This record gives sequence, structure tokens and C-alpha cells, in this order.
Amino acid sequence: MADKKVYLDYTATTPVSPEVLDAMLPYFSEIYGNPSSVYSFSQASRAAIEKARAQVASALNAELNEIYFTSSGTEADNWALKGVLERMRNAGKGDELITTQIEHHAILHTAKYLEKINNFKVKYLPVDDCGRVRLEDLKAAVTDRTVLVSVMFANNEVGTIEPVGEIGAFCREHNILFHTDAVQAAAHLDIDVKALNIDLMSMSAHKMYGPKGVGALYIRNPIRFENFMHGGAQERGRRASTENIAGIVGFGAAMEILKSRLPEDAARMAKLRDKLIAGILARIPHAKLNGAEGNGRLPNNANFSFIGVEGETLLLDLDMKGICASTGSACSSESLDPSHVLLALGLTHEMAHGSLRFTLGRYTAEDDIDYVLDVLPEIVARRRAMSPLWEDYLKNLNK
Amino acid sequence: MALNYSDKVMDHFANPRNVGEIENPDGVGEAGNPKCGDIMKIYLKVNDETKIIEDVKFKTFGCASAIASSSMATELIKGRTIQEAWDLTNSAVAEALDGLPPIKMHCSVLAEEAIHEALNDYRAKHGMDIIPVEHHEE
Repeated sequence: MADKKVYLDYTATTPVSPEVLDAMLPYFSEIYGNPSSVYSFSQASRAAIEKARAQVASALNAELNEIYFTSSGTEADNWALKGVLERMRNAGKGDELITTQIEHHAILHTAKYLEKINNFKVKYLPVDDCGRVRLEDLKAAVTDRTVLVSVMFANNEVGTIEPVGEIGAFCREHNILFHTDAVQAAAHLDIDVKALNIDLMSMSAHKMYGPKGVGALYIRNPIRFENFMHGGAQERGRRASTENIAGIVGFGAAMEILKSRLPEDAARMAKLRDKLIAGILARIPHAKLNGAEGNGRLPNNANFSFIGVEGETLLLDLDMKGICASTGSACSSESLDPSHVLLALGLTHEMAHGSLRFTLGRYTAEDDIDYVLDVLPEIVARRRAMSPLWEDYLKNLNK
Repeated sequence: MALNYSDKVMDHFANPRNVGEIENPDGVGEAGNPKCGDIMKIYLKVNDETKIIEDVKFKTFGCASAIASSSMATELIKGRTIQEAWDLTNSAVAEALDGLPPIKMHCSVLAEEAIHEALNDYRAKHGMDIIPVEHHEE
């Protein structure tokens, strides 16, 4: 095993930054009062949560009472879909959800559940070969039963940024609620929920140098929705369970820091990303970039397919060189099908099995990119040399 | 290590034995399909008189356990008779690798199938009956 460690999987998770950790530490053993308690000792706990709420709200141009803390981005996604659809159906407004084929499983599996168990109607929009939803497809799918549209802000696998502003404007005009899963996007883009006509938005702290186990759902006032977690009266009676104070404090701090450094960080990462993309395409023959070009993708995402090699193989070879990356190959998952996202982009199974994702972050240095460019071409060449699929591919090329 | 691969799997993945092709092979077999993410191709050189497998090579597209299974399977049949090679089971391959994660067991099945294909190819070319085999659909 290599001593070197190059972490290029920031989309999977990020480290808690030292400033965020410092902000969190007092809330474990010193300021531990239950925010729901009456005595004055708990006042500091309540104040800490409200400060974090203000930090998150202000970063998004939202109101304080539009932010609800959850246990994760996944919970926020579950709540958004179930809470809105149940409410709308109960109010006799409709029972149809329109989402996309490339959502995270937190949306897709929730949608399938609503379809199968609760008889809601769900439509899954296709995407173009970059992974972008077409507004025409959305317009064509809408019926008078449609009450909610859920389109992710940016895709976690290929980094493609969706036309959220256009979708938001369309939905607002047609009186349909619009939810967006911004778990990845919120860590890299400046988001103004008012300007983009977003009604509900999911976020997660651990994608932005905050702790795991904390997320948030933005719900625009005065949208009505059902509760998801039932119990105590936390979060103004909308989300039960004793607050994860340290986690929430960490989320608030992470969001404020992120926002303050966002333009510089995004520009720096985009530059490194472009160096990585150009370098790989130049050094590895028959490499394909998956997703959109340039500003159409998140500044930290680079996703490739290398025909003839299988992704898990590449991950393990990279691991032996100390590099952490990710793949959409089935071999890294519980099923035999490769990534639903890559298939929705129109990739063949072979190309999807040969995918490799690098995602950069705040602590990625130019050296890290140079190192990947140094070791990856040899890894791909070696594995291709033992692949019958590569042999067939070359034969067909020369025909 | 990722996915709890045994040291043996990682060793055969990192340094696979018998990789390559044999020119003018006596038997060639292929198993798997690219859709599922695994293809294994086995080449055999067989001594006509002794029926001993004198050389064996493989090429594999697939995950670490597919590559390790190919590598181990070729080691296990090299120097054996074609009958002994036929009797090699996928569980023997997995066992020799100190086990495979349950979800990866199909990789060892692929090795068994590719060897059977190669042996039948040899048999067909040498006037012997082909042994019927059942192929697992992935």
C-alpha cells in the first residue's frame, strides 16, 4: 500500500474542516442542554441552533423559518416528496410527481415507494447525452394532476448542472411545486432560492466540510406539507427528534465558510479539473469524458469512461497508489447493472462499466492532479493489455 | 481493503499469473458478456499423447475477483490432464483464493465455464465428444 494519499472523492464526502470542528466541540460536553428544556442552561443550545439556521438561510437568500434541519440529505429528499405528495393528494389537488432518470437513489427509491405502496403516479424524465433535462420534456409530461416536480440541481456522478432556473420559472407559472436535490450543488454553486423559484431544496452538511448526520430541507413559505418524523415539537413542530446541536452548529459554520470562499474556491477547482480532463484525454487513448463540457458541470467533477477496462479494477489499482476515486461500474455495487445515470446518458454497458470519477475539493493541490496524470495512463494500459474486450475493440477499429 | 478481498485475491489481482494469449492454441474458450461487466477468455496448449495441459493463458475484462479467479484457475489446471481440468469446480477456485465475497462468486463460475468451453473446443478439434454444459445466465 502506498504511503501517499490523494483523496479525489469529495463528492462521496468531505473532511470536517478544522474551523467547523472548533465551532462544534463545545456542544458535546459543555453546552449540552436539551433545547426543549425550560431552564436557562438550555438557552445557549437554542441560540446555537438559531444561529446555524440564520447562517444557512442567509447563504441561500431564504427566511429563517423556511429552513428545517434533518438527519441527512436523504431524509430531506424523503420528506420533500412524501410530505408534499401526501398533503396535495389529501387536499384533492393531484397525485402526480415528475422527476428524472438520473436522480440520486434518495429520490428514485422514494419515488418508487410512493408509486408502489401509495399509488402515486410518477414520471421519470430522460436526459440528453450530457445528462441535462430538456424543458420540452417536462412541459410535455405535465398534466392537471401534476403537483410536484423534483429535478436535482447538479448530478452527483457526472456533475451536470440542470436548468434549475428555467424549471423553477415554468413550475411557478403553472402553479406546480418545484423541489431540487442540491446535496452536491450547494457545496459548489451560489444558490438564491428566491431568484430561482425553488419551493423545496435538500442539502447535506458532509458534502461541504461539515459533519455527517446533518442535512436541511428548505421549504418556501407558505407551502403546506405533511410531517415526516413524528414525535416531539422540535423545528416548530415540523420535525420531531432532539436536535443534533453540534451537527447543526457544524452545518451552519460550514455553510458560512463555504459561502465566503465560494467564488475563489470554485475558480481554483475548475482550473484543476480542466487540467485533469485535458491531461487524461491527451495521455490515454480512447478515453471519453462523461457529462457536460466546461461550465455545464460542477467545478470539481471529472468523469471518464475507458473502453476495455472495468471500473473496480481501476479503483483498486489507484488505491494501491494511494488515490481515492469512484466508479459507476456494477462491480462496485450490489447489482449487476452499472450506474443508472451513465445508462440514462446513453452509454453502453461496457462504457458504463469502464467509468471512473474524480471529484476535487478544497484541499486538492495541483500536485495531486499531476500525480494522477502520472500514474493513471500506465494503469489503464496494463489492464487493457489483459482485456479481451479491448482486443475486440481494437480489431473493430481497424476494420 | 475494499470489499474485504482476501490477500490471495489481491495478490492474483495485482500480479496475475498466465496473462496473455497462446499462438495456435489447441483450445480456446470464452465466458461472460460485456453487458454484465465480465468476459473471460482461456487459451490451452495440450499434449496430444498425455492429454496434459502444458500451457494455459487468459485474458479477462472484469473486476478484481474476475481477474484473480482467472489467474488462480489457470494455475490450478496447468500441468493437469484435460479430465482433471474438467473436474475443477468454481468453488475450488474460490477456495484456493481463500474465498470470494458472496456477490463475487459468479466470477469463479465464469472461470469454470471458460475452461469448459476451451476444453470442449479442444475436444471438438480432436475428434472427441463434446461434453454438454449448462451455462449460467448472469
